Amino acid sequence: MMFLRAVATLFLGLSFILVVALSSTGLLAQETDPVARGEYLVNTSGCHDCHTPWGMGPNGPEPDMSRALSGHPADLQIGPPPDLSEEWVWAGNPTNTAYVGPWGVSFTANLTPDPETGVLRDMSEGQFIDTIRNGRHMGQGRPILPPMPWPAYRNMTDEDLSAIYGYLQQIDPIPNAVPEPLPPGQ
Amino acid sequence: MSVPIIARSRRTGATLGVALALSALLAALAEPVQPSLGETAPADLFATGLYTDPAARTVDPRHHVFSPQYPLWTDGAAKRRWMSLPPGTRIDASDPDRWAFPAGTRFWKEFAFDGHPVETRYMEHLGEGRWIFATYEWSADGQQAPLAPERGRADAWPLPDGRTHAIPGRTDCRVCHGSGPAPVLGFSALQLSPDRDPGAPHAEPLPLDAVDLAVLVERGLIANAPAGPAPRIPAADPMERAALGYLHANCGHCHNDRGALADLGFDLAHGLNDGTAAARATSFGVALKDPPAGLPDGVDLRIAPGDPAASALLHRAGSRDRLLQMPPLGTALVDEEAIALLARWIANQPRAGDPAPQTEGDNR
Ligand code: HEC
Repeated sequence: MMFLRAVATLFLGLSFILVVALSSTGLLAQETDPVARGEYLVNTSGCHDCHTPWGMGPNGPEPDMSRALSGHPADLQIGPPPDLSEEWVWAGNPTNTAYVGPWGVSFTANLTPDPETGVLRDMSEGQFIDTIRNGRHMGQGRPILPPMPWPAYRNMTDEDLSAIYGYLQQIDPIPNAVPEPLPPGQ
Repeated sequence: MSVPIIARSRRTGATLGVALALSALLAALAEPVQPSLGETAPADLFATGLYTDPAARTVDPRHHVFSPQYPLWTDGAAKRRWMSLPPGTRIDASDPDRWAFPAGTRFWKEFAFDGHPVETRYMEHLGEGRWIFATYEWSADGQQAPLAPERGRADAWPLPDGRTHAIPGRTDCRVCHGSGPAPVLGFSALQLSPDRDPGAPHAEPLPLDAVDLAVLVERGLIANAPAGPAPRIPAADPMERAALGYLHANCGHCHNDRGALADLGFDLAHGLNDGTAAARATSFGVALKDPPAGLPDGVDLRIAPGDPAASALLHRAGSRDRLLQMPPLGTALVDEEAIALLARWIANQPRAGDPAPQTEGDNR
């Protein structure tokens, strides 16, 4: 009897500690709030590394969060891509938003909900999930170019991809018309 | 008066319950998290029921052979197609543009190059709109046909110009089959019409044992079949009829007004009701929404009537540059015969300002 009561108390206590721990780390918020989950995934899956232009900060190069997730800056003039030797296959520019390789030149998309220039402006949640799953623009069109790591992200669950979509729908819109990619040898 | 034994066993029961729940929770946490990449398909073509005698490749005679009047271009592959309905079931054609297939409906399409089967694609309706999409890859000796890899196979068969036929990945099936009002594409009233278009690019002679719309109706396999004359695309002339039919079969599964890309406002699909007006209105003189990379300067209309060289549609259908090509998947070679037809059709259109073309008045 005493023993059982002790076990029950211990169990309750542990659950309480677990709940406090979960909520203080935001894990509970992630469970209940898809936007919080989406923010967590975007922050930990490297989206800012490529979709937020980098600049020189107090600690060296870092994503410029005033342009968070707005993609390759349309006003940035980029010169002709470097000639790569046999040993090197691709290269990126200083904002880490433009890349040259055997596929041509790719520019990271504007993931903000800007109604004129955001890549998600015409994409439903289903189309976004399809895009990440099959690596095609709008889930139907041309193949998405490297180095967008969709082959890794396609392993996310529908819930996680939908949480990312939900989070991206409510971040600050930033107008920025990202150029179309350039074919190889241009 | 409480009975101590019962009370104790109740408590033990409760503790046990909690322990069980906890271990169930832990077990659930230990399950690997899998993304949903579609329904699981039979591991092998021979397990799908296509053949009664797999060794002899004898196709089950209960399956229906069919052949759409406007075939999809797949780099010149020779195709054979079969369809199977569970005994006693019928297709419901109440919505003439979205036939409803009973659970258990199966479709097969074999792709052969140079006389060798390379892949056989398979669709099975599990019910309530859930479909299996799969493709089976033939071994070089034609003895085995296991499920193709999830991501497909890029170099499945050599084609001219150093190109290769690619077996699509599992998610690729849904790019075309999941983009329109209905997942079944080549099996519709228009495609099975007995009024077959003799001018269709790569028109196939109807196989002797094939069913068409009239046969299906006669055999009672279609409920609520459309009344009226055999479906036919209304057009100004035979050339336009063939051009619109080609666009319907090769582009209309994505470019329609009911699927995921409806917002694009580009409708090349033909339903039983006239799609000709919509095809013209959404392409002639309409500016590109997002011009792709690689178009020549000055090409900014979907179709410039009377001017093939200024029509983006022709540049995209005539390209196999991965950023520009249309369709974006499923083909590695330009369909020259169709490009020539589309170019003649566009050249034949009055330029802006000229009087509008007349449409054949004999249909609907
Ligand atoms: C290693 C760099 C890199 C990372 C990390 C990255 N992306 Fe991308 N992303 C790109 C590039 C480059 C493109 C443009 C590709 C193209 O134009 O074909 C792109 C394009 C996209 C597109 C547009 C697809 C379309 O239909 O055109 C979406 C959506 C997207 N990324 C979402 C994300 C999300 C969400 C994350 C984080 C979970 C992420 N990306 C992380 C490089 C990256």
